[in-house]
Order: sequence, then structure tokens, then C-alpha cells
Amino acid sequence: MTPFNVTAINIVWLPILPMIVIAIAAMVVLLAGVRINEEDSEGLGWLTLAALFVAFILTLGIVGQSGVAFAGAISIDSFAAYFELAILIAAMFTVLMSLDYAGEHHIPGAEYYSLLLFSVLGMMLMATAGDLIIIFLGLETMSLSVYVLAGIARRDPKSNEAAIKYFLLGAFSTGFLLYGIALVYGATGTIKLGPIHTVLASGAMGSNRMLLLGIGMLLIGFAFKVAAVPFHMWTPDVYEGAPTPITAFMAVGVKLAAFAGFLRVFLVDLTPMTGEWSSVLWVVAALTMTGGNLMAIAQTNIKRMLAYSSIAHAGYLLVGMTAGAGAGGAILYYLVAYAFTNLGAFAVVIALERLGVPSNKISDYRGLGTRHPLLAGAMAVFLLSLTGVPPMAGFVGKFYLFYAALHQGYVGLVIIAVLNSVISTYYYFSVLVAMYMQEGGVEVSRLSARPALVAAIGLAAIATVVIGAYPQPYIGIASNAFHSASGAEGIHAASLEP
Amino acid sequence: MPPFVYIFLGALAIVSALGVVIQRNPIHSLLSLIGTLLAVALLFIAEDAVVVGFLQIIVYAGAIMVLFLFVIWLLNLQAESGPTGHLGLKFVGWLGASALATELVFLLSPPHMQVQYAGAPKGYGSMASLAQKLFSEYLIAFEVTSFLLLAAIVGAVALARRIPTPAGEAAPAMEQPR
Repeated sequence: MTPFNVTAINIVWLPILPMIVIAIAAMVVLLAGVRINEEDSEGLGWLTLAALFVAFILTLGIVGQSGVAFAGAISIDSFAAYFELAILIAAMFTVLMSLDYAGEHHIPGAEYYSLLLFSVLGMMLMATAGDLIIIFLGLETMSLSVYVLAGIARRDPKSNEAAIKYFLLGAFSTGFLLYGIALVYGATGTIKLGPIHTVLASGAMGSNRMLLLGIGMLLIGFAFKVAAVPFHMWTPDVYEGAPTPITAFMAVGVKLAAFAGFLRVFLVDLTPMTGEWSSVLWVVAALTMTGGNLMAIAQTNIKRMLAYSSIAHAGYLLVGMTAGAGAGGAILYYLVAYAFTNLGAFAVVIALERLGVPSNKISDYRGLGTRHPLLAGAMAVFLLSLTGVPPMAGFVGKFYLFYAALHQGYVGLVIIAVLNSVISTYYYFSVLVAMYMQEGGVEVSRLSARPALVAAIGLAAIATVVIGAYPQPYIGIASNAFHSASGAEGIHAASLEP
Repeated sequence: MPPFVYIFLGALAIVSALGVVIQRNPIHSLLSLIGTLLAVALLFIAEDAVVVGFLQIIVYAGAIMVLFLFVIWLLNLQAESGPTGHLGLKFVGWLGASALATELVFLLSPPHMQVQYAGAPKGYGSMASLAQKLFSEYLIAFEVTSFLLLAAIVGAVALARRIPTPAGEAAPAMEQPR
């Protein structure tokens, strides 16, 4: 028997250091929470925020590196760093929104913040995965934590409903993903993404049925997690029922992580099979945009409206994926623009929630422009960004995304996307109309007593305007990040041991 | 492996499996199922697939059986008194069973039975080789799995424990200004 040799797997600490910090922080928060009164979880929140910030700084060290570690299980590239940074930012915003919210809603702080950190761990793993096992484990770690977080406001029946719906449908879709992974493994003989690319690029597989079935199931699994039509049924109910900071976290963090895995598997490593899956994605993208936008029009609840809007935005991102690797940089930029915009919008929703009776009606926003001009102004920035009005980030994102798709010759799909963008104006502007042209609505109380929430809204608004008005450096970063993943093929192939 | 051991274990597995279906008392069925699983586990071990054999005992005969027992206990299942179910349902059951039987006969008929067993490489599937894989090539996956389980436990406790009643649940104590 060969002696135990662990050096052969190339242990590199740098890429996993941020995740180790997050994992340790999750356990520390859990243990510290034992000694803390349930209603008094603000300290745990600050601890979580500090851990996320440390991880953020450590992740900056990965930028510009390339290679694989742990026998190909971990990819080290700017693509991973880009998504990890975005996920950590989303988590930090979520904590800022939760600091007061958790105590007010009797949410157990220790479990809340530790599960938040566990889900961040899972998301970061998905972003940095080098094989399908890590993608699956990351997805499961993330999903399990988020299922529970959706239902953590246990006094609220809607929160319970959200958790059970998300759990049942999520577990079902995970089955698809796992089956897809097993079939792809069976067909190609390897579980590692780089070698899979090498096998497919050699053309030896042709259109093997097992491989195609596996790719199809992978597509279903990811489409569920990014809430693409027709796998979107859970989204409105879950987004509505979950505690609002968690809704923001799901709309942004989960979507970022799911797209990180989706992009790495499909746009980087399954590129030799593009001809097989891009036509499917074309249809899914068109359905998702149209379905999301049309259903959003009828909503009277702002959380449900934003849920359908997030479905529509997943559709725009799928337009980019259909266009292929040429749109990679645009997709990455769009994701970050979408992240800041949605985080801000949900933070405003939290600000307007009345304690005990969160109605979340769009009619609550009537007259906000006169009573709270700054809050209304921030909401206007987010809504205009979601619509795609310059100079907000959403406009630049859409512009680059649709331009890239047009450049690749997807004229029909881009026309559908632009028409959808016009439709979306209707329901985004209905909130603007309520804020500035109507009277009545709810009184926003205690805003001055919630500085963290105000900071989250302000930072999100500033980020939305800045990366929209001056997008060039961010586009460059996004584009470099995407190409670092596809450029790493040579290193992937070299690690095909033994 | 001596043929009589193989035949004995195989027969034990089949007889126990029949017992699972025929017994009326769910506890008896459960005990028969354990018998089947143990016999199959021994077959695995006899074929040098030690890890699979022990996993079969630990995971199936241990953990999953306990789960079954809990369900039976929780639902307070009693022995069935007589035949139940619709005639149509029985018909579908017979149809499925005969389809499977046909398939089995088809597969076991001579033209399909010429399987060449090359034999696994020495040490394949042993505890040592499994451990080496787990702690080298799949080190990250192994460690992440433990975090996945930890997250699952924390989540289960968070959702299942008794909701603490705060002081003045009925009174509007929640509205207290901070």
C-alpha cells in the first residue's frame, strides 16, 4: 500500500482562508449566543459583520491569482474572488439590515447569524468550486441554511409557509442537480471541471445521451436556484413570507452564488457543448423575462412585486448566458449592479414595515416623497436602476448585457428583452407614482433609531449611482474576472493527474 | 468464499425479504428487513468489499432502521387484520411485479449471462484506500460535509425547539421604543 501522501494534493491556504474565517465565525457566534439573551442579539450581529469584513479583506488577496488547489477541488482565480467579494458585500448589507430587525421580531440571534454565516460559506464554496462535488456541497450548505432562515420568524405563519415551500421544492430540485452531476460523471469519467472540459473539447463524447441528460438535469437544478421560469413557482411566496433581510439575502446572495456555479459550469467548462444547451437556454430566458414581468404587474405587495422583478432580472441574465462567453463580463457587472439595487430596495421595504403589522402594500408608499424625501429619493434611485434608466447601474448593466447578446447575433432575444424592459417600467413607476403623486400611506417611525438600516440604504444608493455613472473600471474588473476563469483551462488540464 | 456460505447467506437474504412482505405486524417486517440487510452486508464483506459491508450495517441496519422504528412508534401502527386495498390497486401491484419478474428472467437467460468479472484491483474498496481518498483528494469535500451537517443540526434545532414565550406576549410589549 502506498504511504499516506497528502502533499500531492497541493494544499494552498490562501484561497480557503476567507472561508475558514467564516466557518470559525459561525461556530463562535453559535457558542457566544448561548450566553446572550435572545432578544439582545445586536452584539452577535456586529461580530458577524466583523468576520465578514475580515473575510472580505482576505479575499482581496486572491485577486489576480490563478490555478487549482486541493487536487482540483478549489479553483483559484479572479472569477472566484469577484463572486466571493460580491457575496460578502451582500451578507454585510444583510447584517446591517438585521441588527434591529432581529431583536424587534423575536428572531433567535445565535441561530440567525450563525446560519447566515453558514450560508455565506456555502455560497463562497460555489463561487470557488473546481469540481462538481464542491458545487453540490456548497449549494446544499447554502440552501439548508437559507431554508431555515426563511422560516426563522416562527411566530409568523407566513414565514413557516415560506420555509416549508422552499424546503420541499428546493430538495426536489437538488435531486435533479445531483442526478445531473452523477450522469455527467458517468459519461465523462471525471468529476473535476477542468478535466470535464478537456474530455468534451476532445470531441470524444459526441452527443452521448447520458451526457446530454446530465447536462439537462444540471440546467434544471441551476434554473431552480436562480428562479427561472418554469421553475419559479416558489419565489413569490418564499420572498413574501421570509423575514425581509433574508428576502434581500435570497434575492441577492443566493442568486449571486447560483449564477457563480451556473456560469462556471456552463459558460466555462461545458462550452464545447454550447450548441446543445444554448437553444434551451434561449427559450428559458425568453419565458423568464416575459413571465416575471407580466406577473409583476398584477402585484399589490411590494415584496411579491420585487420577487417577480428578480425573476425578470434572472431572465435578462440568462439572455447573457445564451449569448455565451462573449457576454461573460457583462453578466458579472450586471449581477453586482442588480445586487446593490435590490439590497437597497429591500432595505427601504424594511424601513416602511410597521412593527407587528407588516403589510408591505405598495399603497403604503403613498406620499412618502413629501414625508421622507431622502428615503423616497433612495427608493427612486433603486426603482430607476431596476427599470434601467441612466445614469443608474441598472441601465449600464442592461446596456452591456443586451449589446453583448446583440453582438453575438441574438437579435430576436434582445428584442424580447427590450420589450420586457419597457413592460417593467409600468410596475416600477407605479411605486414612484405612489411615492410622489399620491397621498396617505403609512408613517415611517423610528428611522433615526436605526442607524445601521439607514447606512445600508445610503451605501446601496451611492453604490448604485457611482458604478452606474462611472462604470468603466467596474466593467473592466468584471470582464477580467470572467476571463480569468476561462483562461485557467491550461492549468486545469495540467492538473489532470496522475 | 465457499459456495455453501454464499448459498446460505443468499437464501437467508431471500427468506428474510419474503418475510418483510408476508408478515402482518410492522415490527416483524422490520426485523425481517434487518435480517436481509445483515445477510447482504455479510455477502459484501465476504467479497472483500469490507467498507460497503460495514456501511450497510451502520447506515441501513443501524440508522435507517431506527428511523423506521420511530415512524412506526410515532404513528402507532398495528398489525393489519385482513387484506386491504382496492382490487384495482392489487391488479396494478401484480402487473408491476410480473413485469419485474419478466425482466429478471430475461436478464438471467443465457445470452445475457456471459458477464466477465475482471476483478477489482487489490486493495480497492478497502478502508485504507477509502481513507486515503477522503483525506487527500476529497479533503475539502469531506470537511465541508461536516459543516453541512452542523448547519443542518443548528437549523433543525432552531426550527423545532419550543418557542419561548416573551414577557407580555398578549400585551403590546413589542412596541416598546428602544
